[in-house]
Amino acid sequence: MLSYLLATLTFAGIYGMLALGLNVIWGMTGMINLGLAGYFAVGAYASALLTTAAGLPILVGAAIGIAAAAVTGALTARLTLKLRGDYLAIVTLGFGELIRLIAANEIWLTNGSDGIPGIPGPFRSSLSPLEFNALFAAITVFAVAFCWALTERLRRSPYGRALRAIREDETAAAVAGKKVGAMKVQAFALGAALLGLAGVLYAHFTSYIAPDVFRPLLTIYIFLSLTAGGTGNPTGAVLGAVIVVVILEGSRFAEAILPAMSGAGAAALREITIGVLLIVIMRLRPEGLLAERPPKPLGATR
Amino acid sequence: MKTELLKVRDVARSFYGVHALNGAGFDVRAGSITGLIGPNGAGKTTMFNCISGVIPPESGRIEFDGTDITGWSPDAISRRGLVRTFQIARGFPKLTVLETLLLHGDDQPGERLGIALLRPGRAREREQELTDRAHDIARRLKLDHVIGNLSADLSGGQKKLLEIGRALMGRPKLVLLDEPVAGVNPSLGRDIADRIRELAGPDLSFLVVEHDMEIVAQLCDRVIVMAAGRHLTEGTFDEIMQDRTVQDAYLGRTA
Repeated sequence: MLSYLLATLTFAGIYGMLALGLNVIWGMTGMINLGLAGYFAVGAYASALLTTAAGLPILVGAAIGIAAAAVTGALTARLTLKLRGDYLAIVTLGFGELIRLIAANEIWLTNGSDGIPGIPGPFRSSLSPLEFNALFAAITVFAVAFCWALTERLRRSPYGRALRAIREDETAAAVAGKKVGAMKVQAFALGAALLGLAGVLYAHFTSYIAPDVFRPLLTIYIFLSLTAGGTGNPTGAVLGAVIVVVILEGSRFAEAILPAMSGAGAAALREITIGVLLIVIMRLRPEGLLAERPPKPLGATR
Repeated sequence: MKTELLKVRDVARSFYGVHALNGAGFDVRAGSITGLIGPNGAGKTTMFNCISGVIPPESGRIEFDGTDITGWSPDAISRRGLVRTFQIARGFPKLTVLETLLLHGDDQPGERLGIALLRPGRAREREQELTDRAHDIARRLKLDHVIGNLSADLSGGQKKLLEIGRALMGRPKLVLLDEPVAGVNPSLGRDIADRIRELAGPDLSFLVVEHDMEIVAQLCDRVIVMAAGRHLTEGTFDEIMQDRTVQDAYLGRTA
């Protein structure tokens, strides 16, 4: 049971990392990215392939996985610079599916829908499963805390202020002297790097990845997490992700509590619960549980 | 003191075959408040968009402070010292008044990603200077009591003042004001005009699009009249009011 709780904590951390990445791209800069799963997959596959087929150390695979996701993000942003709102949403949704379909069909590289098994985890061979889960949960919590601090610092900085201005009105931000295009590319790359890191964590924790993991439903869960937690606020992003994971995992126990439920019914219950929860939160707190507040000014006021 | 700060020559721009600007040109002198008037559809707003880089002109030449800025991006033009405001106050609803002003400050190292993430201390000193300047500008525009409020929560008149305030934050040489008093009551309108007069000086010039002729008379040293995408005439307010071609243009008669 403890091992299960630690694994759940790790998954919550991975969701939290994804929500932090989305928060930079969408929450702070206003670029709708429905292709989250794609950047998550790029990070996971890059690190998995480098540490299995190429036999590189995990840290090297992780670094390259994060970098690959960031470069992919920068490229996406550069190509879609003129697209706004729903058009960007359509393109990124297509991008996410594109990555998943490549993973499913380029069998020579990705082993297709059979996936990549045997991805190494840190000290996995010398630790008991419980110890490994504890170690990995600690690594994940540390990584999320670090990225939370990083994006919170970004939010409070003049750079974050410019990003929020771009989110509200790109033309007015350009007239304010901001290099809107460059900042959008950088923010997308930074957000995608966090998404890639989440993929790296996932791959080395579960030791097995397959295209099915990267379905668009994952993207929806993360949007849900961020919207419920508070768009634009890193703390809200992590909180929302934890809530969503608790519901996803908690519904496993619904069968035990509600004996009348069949297996399929219990599975449907989680979607219903999440849907109802989102409606309730949006009804009561339209800006999320922890709404974005303007950060305290850096310069002292007179 | 008759140096030209802004020279606009033969600027043309059309939208789907309609010529919004058709070879318009004029000069703005340094240290002046120049009015830009004309009937609806004369091309005043398109001219502002071309000068500020929001919409690039198809042909023609725009020279600012001795530099050819034709086709420059809006951010580069703003950093060069030519800043515009928007007719409908296009603010950043979720930024406070102070943040909106700070955003328009120039030369903030904390707006580079690396410094923002790794060396936040390097931004602090500049932030302090900009904060002082923001408070100073807010006080001059009587916005100091709402400086912590979200821009979305300001009144219409305050939004207009914030438009002027943010234009001033980047230490511009020339500010393009797009209908600075539209939609505010007449006494506040005169107030805003007074505020603009106080701000103008040898180092800060204004080019103002405005439909309220009382305000134009009160504010502008010189008035340029546009009609049908071209420069029609220019002179002092009294001169152009006497001009028959101006009356014709406003009444829709072709000269």
